[in-house]
Amino acid sequence: MAPTSKHVDFFRRKNKLLGGGGTKAIEKQTAMGKLTARDRITALLDAHSFHEYDLFVEHKCRDFDMESKSLPGDGVITGTGTIIDRPVCIYAQDFTVAGGSLGLMHARKITKIMDHAVKMGMPLIGINDSGGARIQEGVDSLAGYGEIFYRNTMASGIIPQLSVILGPCAGGAVYSPALTDFVFVVDKISKMFITGPEVIKTVLGEEVSMEDLGGARVQAEITGNAHFIASNELECFHQIKQLLSYIPWNNGRRPDRYPPTAPKPRFDIEKIIPPEPSKPYDIRDIIRAVSDNSDFFEVHKSWAPNVVVGFARLDGETVGVVGNQPLVLAGVLDVDSSDKAARFIRFCDAFNIPLVTLVDLPGYLPGIDQEHAGVIRHGAKILYAYSEATVPKITVILRKAYGGGYIAMCSRHLGADFVFAWPTAEIAVMGPEGAANIIFRNEIAAAADPAATRKQKVAEYGEKFANPYVAAASGHIDAVIGPSDTRKFLVHAIQVSTNKSESRPKKKHGIPPF
Amino acid sequence: MPSEHPRYQKLTVQGTTYETLLTGKFLRRKPWSQPDPGSVACVIPGMILRVSVRPGQRVCKGDPLVTLEAMKMQNDVLSPVDGTVKSVAVAVGTQVAKGQVMLVIASSP
Repeated sequence: MAPTSKHVDFFRRKNKLLGGGGTKAIEKQTAMGKLTARDRITALLDAHSFHEYDLFVEHKCRDFDMESKSLPGDGVITGTGTIIDRPVCIYAQDFTVAGGSLGLMHARKITKIMDHAVKMGMPLIGINDSGGARIQEGVDSLAGYGEIFYRNTMASGIIPQLSVILGPCAGGAVYSPALTDFVFVVDKISKMFITGPEVIKTVLGEEVSMEDLGGARVQAEITGNAHFIASNELECFHQIKQLLSYIPWNNGRRPDRYPPTAPKPRFDIEKIIPPEPSKPYDIRDIIRAVSDNSDFFEVHKSWAPNVVVGFARLDGETVGVVGNQPLVLAGVLDVDSSDKAARFIRFCDAFNIPLVTLVDLPGYLPGIDQEHAGVIRHGAKILYAYSEATVPKITVILRKAYGGGYIAMCSRHLGADFVFAWPTAEIAVMGPEGAANIIFRNEIAAAADPAATRKQKVAEYGEKFANPYVAAASGHIDAVIGPSDTRKFLVHAIQVSTNKSESRPKKKHGIPPF
Repeated sequence: MPSEHPRYQKLTVQGTTYETLLTGKFLRRKPWSQPDPGSVACVIPGMILRVSVRPGQRVCKGDPLVTLEAMKMQNDVLSPVDGTVKSVAVAVGTQVAKGQVMLVIASSP
């Protein structure tokens, strides 16, 4: 068929819009070390899978001379596509068009694709690169943000929501990523803050760079706002693909099953843990010693590293792993690590991912700063999250499980379905030193040689209580297992809990200690 | 071998001392000190608009000491105790940071 004038007109219109903000703006974007919105979508999605919608949307602003300005796609690209054959909805703000500023129609495009994602049950990926609200559109622009936040909240727990920060994301705009499940940042490119350096300088007289205020490292290491940090955009896209391989499309499905593979022999589970309970080791080595292909996809790697959370596979099935990390702060629970674990547990529970908890902790971190920072309130989150979760919950106590820490780390008492303990497990109110000092205080003080008596009492207590058998005698744990049997027991536990069904009393929602 | 790791430090929890790595946040934590009830610290960064007292002046609990403009709001900072103004560290126009001590009141019944 020969092209009619209508076809020619269509191609002319479309090509103009596909050019985004034009050559100059694109050059500027590239000079900042950033890909364009369109290139980002192409790089992230399967080849030729992207289908764009709402390309011809136009803004409706009639103030401040805006009626004479055309903004291609109104500064955001939306559509559907696939990532490793999984369907996704995606939007990418286009910084080359009016700085990616958010006006009413820009927001409508986003909320439309969000509604689509929820209706069709597929993950939503939002690529943020925007100067913020489009000031010319006034309160309409604020309305747009609010409508996005509302939908983020409604979609929470129904479809996985991923936010990718590839440029500035400032002011109210930060709250969309904050409401989503996973936030990805790229070093030197991502910037997130409520009030920028200029406002801070004017109001407070304090000078700080964007990078030091809310750069990628700040978000990944200090605030915990970001779950994943990459050194460039392509590495970031690789992380997104990896994450999607572990999680289901929506809350009505399970994660995809992969062909089972054995762990790599170089992670020898018998040799990782030092015999003395006071010596450190890397809990991730234990995870790799039991996981398929020794793969472990860590979430929140740089924040609160005294607890480790992430995804692994056991005999092909995705599991969410939570483990104390003796390598950092002796693996204590504190304000940030409780927050981190609780959030991860709730994600796994919402998306049908069984939880495997590896326990080796001396308890909660002591200190005035912790108490004043609200370790009671934040620590309670982990209890709430574990108790509330109805996915299969499997706990392995490797070494120390003392006091409140023992209870918090998915103990039987919080509803664990299986609790296993290694022969090296010490399940007690506290470590032998602390316990002996309290129980035998008078005897130690009255002794001719207090140091020798203390040592003897510590050994006595340790002998009697620093083991798994007291807890096993009460049925608080189900089996004492050798380290090399761990994978076997975990795989079996996952297998037999495939049809686990646990219901909760009917309620509107609980009130977690936010 | 882990025990030969040079960066390991000690952390004591419930009477047991563990070898482990410490985080930046842990090392940066602020030491706590007993708050002085007569020390009037700034709770929000801003600028001093008015100073209503002089050193040596007697004040009652609730008396205005200074007016601080912060976030476009004029805040009267009131005396937390009965006593005598010991020192005034700010003047009209001073930019004050959060936590900065603006005045000290010697508490007396």
